[in-house]
Amino acid sequence: MATTTTVRRGAVAPAEKKKKPVLTDRARAERNLAWKLCAPAVVLMLLVAGFPIGYAFWLSLQKADLRFPNANEFVGLKNYISVLSSSTWWQDVANTLIITVCSVTLELILGMLIAQAMYRTIFARTAIRASVLVPYGAVTVVAAFAWRLAFDPATGFVTQLFGIDTPPFTTRSGSFFVIIMAEVWKTTPFIALLLLGGLALVPDDLYKAAKMDGANGWQRFTKITLPLIRPALMVAVLFRTLDAFRVYDTVFIMTRGANNTETVSILGYQQLINRLNLGLGSAVSILIFFCVVLIAIAFTRLLGASPAQKG
Amino acid sequence: MEDTAPKRKVLWTLAVFVVLVYALIPVIWILSLSFKTPETIGDGRFLPSEWTLNNYDAVFNTGFFTSALRNSIGIALIATLISLAFASMAAYAITRLDFRGKSAILAGSLAISMFPAISIVGGLFDLWRRIGLYDTWLGLILPYLSFSLPISIYILSAFFREIPWDLEKAAQMDGATPMQAFRRVILPLAMPGVFTAGILTFIGAWNDFLFANVLTSTDASRTAPVALAFFRGASQFQDPSGAIAAGAVVVTVPILIMVLIFQRRIVSGLTAGAVKG
Repeated sequence: MATTTTVRRGAVAPAEKKKKPVLTDRARAERNLAWKLCAPAVVLMLLVAGFPIGYAFWLSLQKADLRFPNANEFVGLKNYISVLSSSTWWQDVANTLIITVCSVTLELILGMLIAQAMYRTIFARTAIRASVLVPYGAVTVVAAFAWRLAFDPATGFVTQLFGIDTPPFTTRSGSFFVIIMAEVWKTTPFIALLLLGGLALVPDDLYKAAKMDGANGWQRFTKITLPLIRPALMVAVLFRTLDAFRVYDTVFIMTRGANNTETVSILGYQQLINRLNLGLGSAVSILIFFCVVLIAIAFTRLLGASPAQKG
Repeated sequence: MEDTAPKRKVLWTLAVFVVLVYALIPVIWILSLSFKTPETIGDGRFLPSEWTLNNYDAVFNTGFFTSALRNSIGIALIATLISLAFASMAAYAITRLDFRGKSAILAGSLAISMFPAISIVGGLFDLWRRIGLYDTWLGLILPYLSFSLPISIYILSAFFREIPWDLEKAAQMDGATPMQAFRRVILPLAMPGVFTAGILTFIGAWNDFLFANVLTSTDASRTAPVALAFFRGASQFQDPSGAIAAGAVVVTVPILIMVLIFQRRIVSGLTAGAVKG
């Protein structure tokens, strides 16, 4: 402590400014100050995110079942083997991928349309932005309830309105449909806003020039808009894919995994909290972690999406 | 080439209308459901045929929901304040000071913000049980910092980079003390960014379901989304859907008002965090 104070004082003293070693002192003081300012945030992040991950990894190598607390022992990769050799895990990965791919695809299409609508209309831009933000502001649990109660024949209007005979939540496809719709509704605004940010960066002259050269609307969209908003597009897709892969709230409220709609996050929750099997549950959650890392790497490497470009 | 401008305008106006309907229908629906009587809740209509406020009575007369609301507000507020304080310090250092590890902190924050919550919640569940943080406010505030700090650091760094810091020196030249220069010049310029990060952090904490579902068990710290998910109604013979809808409205309306008032800031925050980063 004492040394840093003297160093800092030395740094401010103008008389010493021209000497070389003092310059490095100044740099060192700046570094010290910077680290002091960053320390609380960094320590907290390590403590509440880094440490639990490490602890989960350690638990995943143990036989740790809270119902039999005295039977804990190191079992190596046994938990991973039982997870990876169970059909439930792979079924849940497939379910999660169905939800992820379908919802991100729909969100991209819808988000692009909404962004274009916001970009092109001047009169209603505030109205659209306000209404687009409504789903963003709605709590995920509330959104899930709104869709569930609407599609449930006991409370809803949708089955009656469209004359649907089989209640959606009695079938797998019906359940998936409502889950995906709710996810799309809740998160399309995020994509739309990111894409709008991208659209705003495209110079208007390019469109005018292309129009003069006889390019039609679709050509202008695929040859000018898409390539130029690619960075924003890739960031939006990456963020949403990672987010969708972790889907938990919506599925919990809608089906809790019934009708074979269980996702990997629900599986992890069931193992950890309902069965209190910390070892097996941690293996599931570490595997989910690696899936997310893999998706992130795949996107960054293959598609050139790099959110940390300027960081 | 024929002029398709008017036709196009009609098309886009139509598109705007569709967007409005799409965005608003589920919210109007849950609002409408919350005013339905138990007798008419299954009538399959979009709007109530009989209006009642009983569902709101039911929600507010159970300690179950009111305590959850109190917990939600308190926990989200405290998490927001702590994360703003620490994230501002870090973001200031990252944008204004020269030190190695700057990009490591930013990259690390980005990585942490992508951690799946399910991967850290199990470890926290076991730890919190052992050290007595299970089912406490602090037991939720700490995990909320794990996602609010990275986002806030990101957004604040993006905002701080845009501040003309030379103004601080200029003010000092004009005779302001360093403290005055900071308070009168820099703080007003930095506040919009801090405010934006604050709103997004608050919404994130308010919205959380997984952490709250796993790490709480009683009225002491159960938050509103969890209370909604486990709401069973006043008696077991009553369908809780109307009350759930009323609770859902209570949870959503304050956030919606906030979002609509500060929409410009929220949009800039969302895009700053993701694009400029």
